[in-house]
This record gives sequence, C-alpha cells and structure tokens, in this order.
Amino acid sequence: MNNLEILYRQVIMDHYKNPRNKGLLNDNGYKTIHIKNPTCGDDITVQSLIEDGIVKDVRYDGTGCSICCSSASVMSETLIGKKKEDAKKIAETYINMLTNKEYDETVDLEEAVVYQGVQKFPARIKCASIAWKAFEGTLESE
Amino acid sequence: MDPYKLKKDFPVLSDETLIYLDTAASSLKPNQVIKKLDEYYEKYSVNVHRGVYNLSYVATEMYEESRRKVSEFINADFNEIIFTRGASSALNLVASSYGLNNLSSTDEIIVSELEHHSQVLPWQNVSNITKAKLIYVPLNKEGRITIENFKKVLNKNTKVVALNYVSNVMGYIAPIKEIIKLSHEVGAIVSVDAAQAAPHKKIDVKDLDCDFLSFSGHKMLGPTGIGVLFGKRELLDNMPPIEFGGDMNDNVNLYEASWKEVPYKFETGTPGIAGAIGLGAAIDYLDNVGLDEIAKHEYKLKEYTVNKLREIDDIIIYNESAETGIISFNIDGVHPHDAVTFFDGDNICMRAGHHCAQLIIKWLKVPATLRISYYLYNTIEDCDKFIESVKNARDFFKSVGF
Ligand SMILES: Cc1ncc(COP(=O)(O)O)c(C=O)c1O
Repeated sequence: MNNLEILYRQVIMDHYKNPRNKGLLNDNGYKTIHIKNPTCGDDITVQSLIEDGIVKDVRYDGTGCSICCSSASVMSETLIGKKKEDAKKIAETYINMLTNKEYDETVDLEEAVVYQGVQKFPARIKCASIAWKAFEGTLESE
Repeated sequence: MDPYKLKKDFPVLSDETLIYLDTAASSLKPNQVIKKLDEYYEKYSVNVHRGVYNLSYVATEMYEESRRKVSEFINADFNEIIFTRGASSALNLVASSYGLNNLSSTDEIIVSELEHHSQVLPWQNVSNITKAKLIYVPLNKEGRITIENFKKVLNKNTKVVALNYVSNVMGYIAPIKEIIKLSHEVGAIVSVDAAQAAPHKKIDVKDLDCDFLSFSGHKMLGPTGIGVLFGKRELLDNMPPIEFGGDMNDNVNLYEASWKEVPYKFETGTPGIAGAIGLGAAIDYLDNVGLDEIAKHEYKLKEYTVNKLREIDDIIIYNESAETGIISFNIDGVHPHDAVTFFDGDNICMRAGHHCAQLIIKWLKVPATLRISYYLYNTIEDCDKFIESVKNARDFFKSVGF
C-alpha cells in the first residue's frame, strides 16, 4: 500500500462516510469557533461544551475535503469525556505531531494518531489541523 | 515548434518525472530569462533613472529597452506601457485612478462572474465608494460571456467595462474586440484583463482599440513581481497617480508638486528592474517560438486530453469547448483537494481550488475544481501520463469508498 492508501484506508473513510457528532447545537452553554481556509475552501465550525472541567460534548459542521471532515469527526470522539486540561494537551500534541514538531509521545492520541501519515503530504497539514485549531479556539474563548 | 527541444530550456523540467500542468497559475522560466536576470545582478545591478554614472545609464537603457519590447509585443506606443508588480496591480491602478475619479452614482460598471478576483474586486471597491452600480453580464449556459448577453446590460449609463480576455478557470476567449466596439458606441471605456491571454495569443491593442489592458510577466515565462498596464495615452495623461514618491515627480514644492509625463508618473519608487529586464527576455523567447504556434500546440493537447477524459467514467469536465489549453474538471464525488494529493503523488503539478475566481466556482455550483493548463513545454506524453493518473485516481478513490 502506498502512503495515500494507508491514510485513506484507515479511519479516514469511515469517519468521512459516517461522521460522528456532526451538526451544531443552538445552546448558549457551547463555545463556538468558525475557521475558514480561504485558499482551499475548507470551512469548519466547532463547538465545545465544558462542564466541571470535563469536555462534555464536541460538535462540528462544515465543508471540506475528506481529511478535513474526517479529522473533525475523529477529534470529537477522541475528546468527548476528557478532562479539559487533557483535551488541551491532546490537541496540542496532535498539532505538533502533524507539523513535524517535537511532541510528547506519551500522550495517547487514540484514533487521531493515524493522521501522522499526513506529514508526508505537507500541503494537506492544514486540512487535518483546522478542526483541532477551532477546538483550541473554543477553549480559549472559555 | 518542437516542445521536446523547448523543454530543455527549462531547468525545472530537468526532473524528467515532473509533469507541470499549472502554467495558468505561473509558467516555468527558461534559461534565457534566468540568464538575463543573472546578467543584471552580476553586471549592472544599480538603480535606474537616477545615477549619472555609466552603470546606471546601462541599467536604465536595459530597463527602457524592455519597455520598448513590451510595447512592440502588443503594438502599443512606448509611453503607453506602465510597469507594475503584476496584473493585479495594473488592474487596481485602472480602478483606483480612472474609476475613483470618473464615476458617480448614476454610472454603471459592467463586470462578469467569470472574472479573476483582481478584476472584479477593485471595481467592487469603486462601486462601494462612488455608488456607481456594478452590473454582471449574464453568462450563457456554458459559462461564457456572449455579445447577445453583453448587449442586454450595456446602456448609455455604462461608463466602464471590466472583463477578461481569456478566463483562468474556463479557458474561454471572450469576444473582446466586439465588446470594445459596442462599449465605445455608448461612450464607455474598456479595461481588459489579459493575464491569461498575453502568454498565448497575439495581442494588438490598436486593432482591439482597448482603453486599458493588463497582464503579468510570470505567466509568460518572465520573472515574478513584474506586470504591465497598457493605457491609451490620452486617458493616462488625464489620470492622477495613485502612488506618490521618488522618481514620479517633476518639481516639488512645500504644498504642491507636479508629475512627470506618463508612464513615469505611475512608476514611483525603485521599480522591478531585474523583473522588467527579464520580461524583455521572455518576450524575445515567445517571439522566437511564435505565439500562434504555441496556441495551436496547447489547443491540440487540450483537445486530445478532453477526448480521452470523456471516455473515463465519473469525470466531469466543465469547459469542454474551451479554445485554449485550460481544462477544469472534477472526479465525481471526490473533493478536489483529495484528488490533487493523488496527482501530487504521481509528480503532477496542478491546481485545485477556486483559482481566485470564487464567482465562477459558485456559478458552477461546486466547492472547487481541479484545473490543468498546458503550455509550450508540455508534450503528448504529459497528456498520456496525466490521463493515466486520472484513471488511477478514479479507481483508487472508488476503491477506498468515495
Ligand atoms: C485572469 C487572471 N487575471 C489576473 C490574474 C492576477 O495576476 P497576478 O497574480 O500575477 O497579479 C490572474 C492570475 O492568477 C489571472 O489568471
């Protein structure tokens, strides 16, 4: 299998075809951040609900390529139920991993770890990170 | 013309596995142009129009010699050629200088959904400031600007017509000469975006009778950072500069100053000297090969490719009838950014996105398109490899479940 095949065969297609936690809620408890990548048209809105220091829910909606959309879905599954601090750490680790920076390999990225393969496609790093950046934004706006 | 021989002039293509199909974004540059840039930097890399020493004289001569080449390239007068940063700056200059100073709320500006952002946004800005109305030519069902539809929007209030000569997404050639004639009959001026025309098509501004015409060096084998605005002398003479500073002024006093003659009143600051000189070398190169030959070659490759793509299931082509070397398409159900990564894996450089022309992408009702564009260095083997890659991409994406 070539790099591309590995990337797509693993979780990406599953989440692209059957997105989890998709669709935004009209609820003031949620923090909402919208990010658009004007050069490629990826357009994602992410919501998070934090209660008692726990990520109770993560929702998203938007349009984009399979890497962008699937990564939002994987992110939601990875982060729901985590302590806020842990979720923050996971997001930071994930983005460092994608951008080829040093990252803490002891942090469990769960399914999101497959996006390591995106490293080999530098032009797609943005696609894989946009939802996570938006999630980080929702924590900052807390 | 022999593309196999020409290819050897382009150092980027010394990687024989590379297939470059993104000339519409920027062309590759031949050794002849690169050498000319080196020559400037190595032998007379000094400022123009200022020094009274010999080297500065040489640099000025070379810079102005390029202006002469550009003027001959499009059959303009020497003083009607303004060097800019690129087509975008040139198109903005027309809008900011002519548009902001000549339009008011009862006037109309005609544009189209087929424009590059650099043609439509400056006029959107003029419209917002002057309250002149922005009017869109309805495109026909292929997405073309037609005379019939143009006549529907042209009227005695039309003051400016700002349209492309060749579309960077659809590759259509607009009936610009007739548009210009009709526009002049109602007293409107026409600003032509020739960024995709100048590299591929002989342009004669006197024959077209256009008022303004803009293009970029980097799409026609020249360096980046250099572009051209042609304007009719009598219009340019009456337009104010939009940038002020060194070199564009004549006499400077405490509270007023006067400007140099055109084109210099529009060229403040140290210009893109190397770029202009490099553009001269690019024009020599194109003249040697012959634009008619180049256009024929690109069209042949495009026709060949379209015919083959038609035989592949799930390929949607948006501009089958284009007269130039541009093909916009998608693989059904596959986002263009997913597709382009596959092509990248085959070392094929092509564009995916909205190509700085969101209005036509919205008109097509797609999120984005894939685009290839051929030029003089592309060969039939490039077409075949590309077509093979399209088949493999289609099979791959279907196999993983798209
Ligand atoms: C039709 C058209 N107009 C204008 C431009 C702008 O050219 P530049 O980016 O060189 O200023 C382009 C380039 O993308 C183009 O294709």
